[in-house]
Amino acid sequence: MGIPAYWRTRAQRYALVGEVCHKCGAKIFPPRDVCPECSRPASDPFTFSGRGEVYSFSTIYQPPEGFEEFVPYTVAIVKLEEGPLVTAQLTDVDPAEVHIGMPVEMVTRKLREEGEEGQIIYGYKFRPLLRNTLTPRPSGQAA
Amino acid sequence: MKPVKDVGIIGYGAYVPRYRLPASEVARVWKNGEDVLPVHEKSVPGLDEDTATMAIEAARSALQRAGVDPQLIGAVWVGSESHPYAVKPTSTIVAEALGIVPNTLAGDWEFACKAGTEALQASIGLVGSGMARYALAIGMDTAQGRPGDALEYTAAAGGAAYIVGPAEEALAVFEGSFSYVTDTPDFFRRPYQHYPQHGSRFTGEPAYFKHIQAAAKALMEELGARPEDFTYAVFHQPNIKFPQQVAKMLGFRPEQIKPGLLVGEIGNTYAGSSLIGLSATLDAAKPGDRILLVSFGSGAGSDAFALRVTEAIEERRARAYLTREYVSRRKPIDYGLYVRYRRKLHMH
Repeated sequence: MGIPAYWRTRAQRYALVGEVCHKCGAKIFPPRDVCPECSRPASDPFTFSGRGEVYSFSTIYQPPEGFEEFVPYTVAIVKLEEGPLVTAQLTDVDPAEVHIGMPVEMVTRKLREEGEEGQIIYGYKFRPLLRNTLTPRPSGQAA
Repeated sequence: MKPVKDVGIIGYGAYVPRYRLPASEVARVWKNGEDVLPVHEKSVPGLDEDTATMAIEAARSALQRAGVDPQLIGAVWVGSESHPYAVKPTSTIVAEALGIVPNTLAGDWEFACKAGTEALQASIGLVGSGMARYALAIGMDTAQGRPGDALEYTAAAGGAAYIVGPAEEALAVFEGSFSYVTDTPDFFRRPYQHYPQHGSRFTGEPAYFKHIQAAAKALMEELGARPEDFTYAVFHQPNIKFPQQVAKMLGFRPEQIKPGLLVGEIGNTYAGSSLIGLSATLDAAKPGDRILLVSFGSGAGSDAFALRVTEAIEERRARAYLTREYVSRRKPIDYGLYVRYRRKLHMH
């Protein structure tokens, strides 16, 4: 991806800003033009709380280009508490500790660097929830 | 100094990465295991962490505690000596991640270890003059010491974020502040150089001790306050010895600096050092407590602040992770992993 493509997706990458369907109320991530539940146009921004749980996962030892320095790392499908499934890297966790149903929370981390001279790409990852007694960050329409 | 309108801290948040390098590991590799260790261990950032990601997390907690609309924040100022880019602000990344963009000031501050408190002083001025309702000041670093140098024991990662706002909404009100600077070259890094130089013992008496004492004394004199009037005090903490020594020289008791003295467990977090000491102290404070905060930045200078904690502290504190929760989340690593995580290992 080039600079403009990363730039266009910065809100969803940094802060899990998706959409809410104003017809059926479905929470949508990543944002798209049409609600996947009711096929109506969907456009109201919605910031997800960042809380969820591991739905499935796999540990990567043979990474794609650009991710070599992070191996071994675990990629998970995370079920957000508002519903959508998101694929993301897990961080601050040893691969052996990861299990299905593990409560996680979103953090904004470095995804990769485009070489020594290129831009640094930041985005969402998930880490084990530090404490579950804390009230989650409010999710809502203020993006 | 005091602004036209009274201001205070309305939200705060800390961050410390998960990894710890025991000082004994540095001594094992470089000193045959025989050295006087300045800290027990230091925090080390993960491969996917830098000053921007760490600032974002601390600022999220600060915003959660403040409970205000991010669009009302009129400045995002990040103080650090380890900004991820040489040219391109860290502050715009933080402002974007927190939903503060686009109608805001944003900029990066540099003044060695006092870049964060410099941003805090400026926030007091901006909010206190009425130019902005709220301002976000952050001190955050991923500091590096040359392998084998004395700084390698302590150069660590972490920091804290503060949202400054009107005194009526504050969890701690600023009673006054003071700044004191001189041209003292105790520590510096030239462009394109990876590691800083320092003046060894010169970093003590003419630098750290002189500036902290001058700023602290001047502020206390301005306020007509004595050391015993403060419940707590926080001094910049480059190692365990210096803050304890300067506290004693100024007439503070060991109990007054205890809640904020984290350096033994996390190392020197540079621009984050005194500010994370303050966040740990706020985690322990009760309404009515008075706190003295004095930073030190090489080059050299100190910012001093006097705060009075309000009734709002307890409810706000419970809204986000405590400083201690990050400090106690620790995974010790050996020198080999440290070399990999800090990218001292060249693969090509």
